Amino acid sequence: MTLAVFFGCAFIAFGPAFALFVFTVAKDPLRVIILIAGAFFWLLSLLLSSLVWFIAIKASNSQDLTLQRGLLMFGVFFSVLLQEVFRFAYYRLLRKATEGLAAISDDDGSAISVRQMAYVAGLGFGIMSGAFSMINILSDSLGPGTVGIFGDSQYYFITAALMTLALTLLHTFWGVLFFEGCEKSCWWVIAAVVSLHLLVAGLSLLNPLYEGSLPPVYVITLLMGVWAFFSSGGSLHSLNALCTRFTKMFIRSS
Amino acid sequence: MKQSFQFSLNSCCAAHSGLNRVMCVSAAAGVCSSSVEKKIYVELNETVPCVRLLNATHQIGCQSSMSGDTGVLHVLESESDLDWILSSGPHPPYIVIMETAFFNRSVMMRMKSSSRVAGVAVIVSKTGLADNFSPHTTCPNQNTGVYSASYGSDLANCNVTVWNPLGNGLSYEDFAFPVFALKDENQTQVIRKCYEDHNLRVNGSTPQYPLCAMQLFSHMHAVTDTVTCMRRTDLQNRFSINPEVLCDPLSDFNVWTSTRPLNSSAKGHAANESVVLAATRLDGRSFFWEQAPAAEGTVSGIVTLLAAIQALSPVTQEAPPPRNIFFTFFQGEAFDYIGSSKMVYDMEKNDFVIDLNNVHSMLEIGQVGLRSGQSLWMHSDPVSRKNDSVNEEVLDLMRRMQSAAAGLNVSLGHPLFTQPLPPSSLQRFLRARPIPGLVLADHQTLFNNRSPYYESMYDDAENLNVTYPPDLNPDEQLVYETDAAKSLAEVATLVARSLYLQAGGEEKSLSNITADPKIVSHVTNTHTRTHSRTHTRTHTHTHSVTHSRSLTHTHTHTHTHTHSLTHAHSLSHTLSHTLSLTHTLTHTHSRTHTHTHLLTHTHSHTHSHTHSHSHTHSHTLTHMLTLGVGVAVLLLSLLVTYFISSKAELLFSSACETPTTAY
Repeated sequence: MTLAVFFGCAFIAFGPAFALFVFTVAKDPLRVIILIAGAFFWLLSLLLSSLVWFIAIKASNSQDLTLQRGLLMFGVFFSVLLQEVFRFAYYRLLRKATEGLAAISDDDGSAISVRQMAYVAGLGFGIMSGAFSMINILSDSLGPGTVGIFGDSQYYFITAALMTLALTLLHTFWGVLFFEGCEKSCWWVIAAVVSLHLLVAGLSLLNPLYEGSLPPVYVITLLMGVWAFFSSGGSLHSLNALCTRFTKMFIRSS
Repeated sequence: MKQSFQFSLNSCCAAHSGLNRVMCVSAAAGVCSSSVEKKIYVELNETVPCVRLLNATHQIGCQSSMSGDTGVLHVLESESDLDWILSSGPHPPYIVIMETAFFNRSVMMRMKSSSRVAGVAVIVSKTGLADNFSPHTTCPNQNTGVYSASYGSDLANCNVTVWNPLGNGLSYEDFAFPVFALKDENQTQVIRKCYEDHNLRVNGSTPQYPLCAMQLFSHMHAVTDTVTCMRRTDLQNRFSINPEVLCDPLSDFNVWTSTRPLNSSAKGHAANESVVLAATRLDGRSFFWEQAPAAEGTVSGIVTLLAAIQALSPVTQEAPPPRNIFFTFFQGEAFDYIGSSKMVYDMEKNDFVIDLNNVHSMLEIGQVGLRSGQSLWMHSDPVSRKNDSVNEEVLDLMRRMQSAAAGLNVSLGHPLFTQPLPPSSLQRFLRARPIPGLVLADHQTLFNNRSPYYESMYDDAENLNVTYPPDLNPDEQLVYETDAAKSLAEVATLVARSLYLQAGGEEKSLSNITADPKIVSHVTNTHTRTHSRTHTRTHTHTHSVTHSRSLTHTHTHTHTHTHSLTHAHSLSHTLSHTLSLTHTLTHTHSRTHTHTHLLTHTHSHTHSHTHSHSHTHSHTLTHMLTLGVGVAVLLLSLLVTYFISSKAELLFSSACETPTTAY
């Protein structure tokens, strides 16, 4: 559907991820490394889960549609669980790395805190997940046609982009929360993250009933964002302080 | 919901959940095509384009732009549709799906002059077909025959007889948009359904986006004329690392054989040889690429001559006649007599096994498939017959043919003396020498209802009345003796006997010369089969490049026409004659191309696949809206992120451990 749609969807899907990368990750090489490694871990989890799904598909009767649908759902849930397992594995890896990083850094402490690593790891997961969700669709959006010749919704591209945006942010927030939960050994946090991830994946199976999938996912994203903010050290007090500083600046300038 | 998930499962990827499509991409890379693409496009693979051809001064045919032409679909079924497309429709440009009845000159000319037409897809079917359709010109090969200002000037340019009055000349027009033929009925139904679902006007209101659209690709590399194209190909060959061929000359092989063997390596005048030439053409053409069944126009002649060769072979061994009989099949006759002019040229230059002095007389087999009332006509050239000796020879030939027709179910007649020759290879020979000759045809004057589909894709088996009883399988059909085949066998017997007599053979051997109806049926059935690809499809502009040879004709590619080669091989098996091929090439003598007698025909190269697909098209407003939203999201996120990251210490300061390094 031409260049306009291509760029529009690309910006919607990857705009925030790009902004986050540019302003918070790009300047620090260590964070870049953690980001890329995180993306790689997500990729590994995808590879393993898709292998399982592929074998299941090939071993089953391709004509039986309910079976195929069931296998799809199984594949989705298995993939979610595997992603969270790999997230945990990455946490363990990073934990081990902090000791080494502390040893080689100039200062006393480590060059990067666990909280920052959590955020960057989550972002890495999110970027890779977004890339895999969206790139295929973007390349098809370049041609002259749009989805709909067989009765599918014509809003396909834009809803895919919005979904990708939500998923990227969600992965970032889940990264923060998950690592926090692991640090503090709060297992219910980890359980909440996993179950919310499963919920979001399940909601996406409702497509193309976009009213059923997109608004709930955005609501969850918002909630996760708030939770992650509070979990990573923000508070109402700091928000208040920010607001008063702003009003002071505003009054001063006017 | 059910419908969409079913579709996604069938295509082995689930496009709804990002996770799962991801799985498909990684696990089955390359196995399934993108399922998103399947939601957007419908590939149409049974389509045939119209291609571009060039001669020394002009280009004809059709062309699409480099990346294909896209337009909103509209089905042309009535006059109001024509108005909608050409003036009142709100979503130009349109791709016109043309019903068969509307594929005529007036409609196509109106399309050509309109800027609102992006392309045409013609539904090819027999329903709705008019009783005549010939895209060829009314006077075929009028500038390259024998009649000109200096030879029979009152007969030139079809002044006396217009041979193809039903011709609309579409094949010789230059269209700036692609024209495709839709041959598969099922795909046409899919297109119609898409059109009805999205593009139909409901009670006079304009249809809303998204609309069904189609894209046609048939980009042609060659433009303007042969001179330009050859020059550009030259430049490519000289300066480019990967030279791209822009066009190929129309070239192929003539096939010839003779009853008494001739030494094919000896060139020039053959001593003590007086030869009777029996000729017919091998090619046909139509508006679209490779869709020329040419059943009545060409196959009838080929079958007759082949059967005549078969009929003559025993008797020419036992009681050989004094003169040699030389059978030849000319290729490329539709394009200003490529084959016959090459042979005449070679004869004049002493580059052929015989020369014009060896030729005693000529009998050409024209369109002989549809004779009604058993009558065939012997056409002759009145101008050369003004010479008494030539006239005597011609009358002798006619007499011999009449006596050969005795006892056969054929009655021969001759048209008015003042009528010129129809378009035929004999005309090229007459340009060089006043050779006594006849053209045998089933039409007395013009083609009219003998061949209403002259040089079109509808000149097929049905047109030749080759029909089979309904319960036969393909193998049985191959050997079934149709009435058309029996009729052609009669003609072949007549031709064989006439040739034998003309070559000086004895009357008493005549009754042994009979064409075998079984062989005639077999050959007719194979040549009129629509799906046969291993047998000759006689087209001048199909080719497959097997090698390039360097000839005196420099800087042209030469190609072997694999079809006619297999045909020649099959001929040699059945007839145990040695067959020879002579290469024909549209002449490109020198770089100056100034030779006025010889025209240069080429056909354009095109991309490796010309194809078409249909899809839905949405409004540019929604595109811009999407872009706007995207840019807004990007800017907003940049702003917010910058803001948060600059205030990070303040925002996240209540943490237990304050990081010593800054964000």
